[in-house]
Amino acid sequence: MPEQLDTLIQQHRNQAGGLMPLLHAVQAAYGCVSPEAVEPIAKGFNLSRAEVHGVISYYHHFRSTPPGRTVVQVCQAESCKACGSDGLMAEVEQRLGIKAHETRADGAVSLEPVYCLGLCAQSPAMQVNERMYARVTPERLAAVLSAVEVAA
Amino acid sequence: MSAVKVFVPCDSASLAAGADDVVASLLSECAKRGLAIDLVRNGSRGLFWLEPLVEVSTALGRVAYGPVTSDDVAPLLEAGLLTGGAHALRQGITEQIPFLALQERLTFRRMGITDPLSLADYETHDGWQGLKRAVGMSSTDLLHEVTHSGLRGRGGAAFPAGIKWKTVAGTAAGQKYVVCNADEGDSGTYSDRMTMEGDPYMLIEGMAIAAMTVGATQGYIYIRSEYPHAVATMTRAIKLATAAGFLGDRVLGSEHAFHLEVRKAAGSYVCGEETAMLESLEGKRGIVRAKPPLPAIEGLFGQPTVINNVITFASVPVILARGAQFYRDYGMGRSHGTLPFQLAGNVKQGGLVEKAFGLTLRELLYGFGGGTRSGRPIKAVQVGGPLGAYVPEAQWDVPLDYEAYAAIGAVLGHGGIVVHDDTADMASLARYAMEFCAIESCGKCTPCRIGSTRGVEVIDRITGGANRATTPGRSQGELPPMGKGAPKGDRGGQQWEQVVLLRDLCETMVGGSLCAMGSMTPLPVLSALDHYPEDFGLTSDDRQAA
Ligand SMILES: Cc1cc2nc3c(=O)[nH]c(=O)nc-3n(C[C@H](O)[C@H](O)[C@H](O)COP(=O)(O)O)c2cc1C
Ligand code: SF4
Ligand code: FES
Repeated sequence: MPEQLDTLIQQHRNQAGGLMPLLHAVQAAYGCVSPEAVEPIAKGFNLSRAEVHGVISYYHHFRSTPPGRTVVQVCQAESCKACGSDGLMAEVEQRLGIKAHETRADGAVSLEPVYCLGLCAQSPAMQVNERMYARVTPERLAAVLSAVEVAA
Repeated sequence: MSAVKVFVPCDSASLAAGADDVVASLLSECAKRGLAIDLVRNGSRGLFWLEPLVEVSTALGRVAYGPVTSDDVAPLLEAGLLTGGAHALRQGITEQIPFLALQERLTFRRMGITDPLSLADYETHDGWQGLKRAVGMSSTDLLHEVTHSGLRGRGGAAFPAGIKWKTVAGTAAGQKYVVCNADEGDSGTYSDRMTMEGDPYMLIEGMAIAAMTVGATQGYIYIRSEYPHAVATMTRAIKLATAAGFLGDRVLGSEHAFHLEVRKAAGSYVCGEETAMLESLEGKRGIVRAKPPLPAIEGLFGQPTVINNVITFASVPVILARGAQFYRDYGMGRSHGTLPFQLAGNVKQGGLVEKAFGLTLRELLYGFGGGTRSGRPIKAVQVGGPLGAYVPEAQWDVPLDYEAYAAIGAVLGHGGIVVHDDTADMASLARYAMEFCAIESCGKCTPCRIGSTRGVEVIDRITGGANRATTPGRSQGELPPMGKGAPKGDRGGQQWEQVVLLRDLCETMVGGSLCAMGSMTPLPVLSALDHYPEDFGLTSDDRQAA
């Protein structure tokens, strides 16, 4: 594992502004950018650990702990609000048995708010892992969640 | 007999509506019946309420069916889908669907017609004509063309593109950059996404022309991480365009070198602000820089940099291909050309409408949008993204033009239009605007960082907490029981004080913020308060008093 991290660091250290692409690559490989990864990254990029940590924590996309095996995101921005996404979030919370920003104790699923998926002409929208769903009616929600077998 | 051409879009909105399931079903049902089809995954036409929109090539033209689910495929084939047969989902000849026929598609003229990654399709449909003309032109002539077209930045601030490019062209520097802002974080906007997923070479062409004009050899497209399909399509398109000689060391065999790279953002709204984006591209926290220096003089890695929105760059090829005057003749006043308006929210026919500036919101809402999806009356329309004002019905006949909108205290922004019906609670939307600012603030200015949190609290005090009923038009005497957070005592007086406080706070945010995040959040908040006071539990007397 650390070897792979080292390879990634080598790949990006000489790229102009390579820290962001590296963090994306690390997160793609490990599911998160763990606190243990910060030191070697800092070294590779000639930065302080605080600087690297500062970048990771600044962006909503980067995580320092791995998410649940399935990540469910529900859009909470205005267009989706206009089409009932507040209620949709409440319904998803109830079905998954967790609140927004939480990961279920069994590690099966994480629930997150997201602010616009660019599907606003067919709000409300949500995403389950890599897959996006538009016009998520209460009836469709059951199908969306059962497809990934995470519903409580 | 040759196979029938069938089109099913592959952009993320169509996929989110089930396009891949439709394709799977189409392929298996056709195989079962021994029908030969030539399946094309096109971009979306932008008629999203009809997605997945299946089109079939016929002697009459392309015939559209939508919205198609995988269950519809077998009955559609029985009804003669492949010959344009009658069916309840048949929408007629695609080009004649009123929503599309009434548009003025200049930038989006190829959208949904072509296979996004097909270089042959792009070329057949007028692709590269602008770039080909640009190669033979001097920087001065190119600047004149872009300036004379009247093109203003489509990302929000509406600054003239030609002037920005001229500044960069006029600097002496060993390295210059062209950066495309594809962060598109505004709710209700998706034209950048559509461009990158549905016609990526158009963006590449526009950026290459910009690079030639200013003398830049390296470009970046900063795409938000919420758009994985756009990232994938753009990356692939750059590879193909480079292999074909449209990018690289010798663009179209000329002396111009231009290399292009995609960079993925990481979920920060404020990184759409151009200087925050530069910080992010440099591998830092995306915190807004003070201007000056302008990015055009000291931008990415300290070098002169052109930064424009996706649609700004994407508008350039047609300007070069058809001439500045052609483009300039569209629009009104100082708003030249067209804007891809994006209908979203509670609207029956949500989708992309490219029209010249100057039509009205009412035409968009009813003529194109067909009213609300819920069937209830439209109450408020947020134009221009989360930092845009809520526009009440009294203003729906104002022409959509940068200056006319500024005159009513609103903005066009990136052209996003979010419709809310009469169940919307404007106080809660105002609260959300403050909350969003608190979540997304880069933290540099106190009024934005702290003021937004205070804003949420003040709105809560005005409305008497979260559990308030939302009966319009009630008077103070009939206010519902106070929720948590609302102090006891003289409710009316206290509420009035809080309204004054909210206005004061907004004024501080407007005056004391470095960028539009903090200085424009008051726009949705105060427009909601001004136009829908009853949602805050205020009577119009309160409004006058405050
Ligand atoms: C908070 C904030 C977010 C912004 N987000 C975007 C964005 O997502 N896309 C964009 O093109 N411009 C965005 N802008 C505007 C950019 O700062 C800049 O004006 C624009 O990219 C310049 O390109 P243009 O002249 O082609 O519009 C944002 C501005 C602010 C203050
Ligand atoms: S207004 Fe807000 S987002 Fe903009 S620079 Fe200041 S703190 Fe950052
Ligand atoms: S606001 Fe939810 S997808 Fe855009």
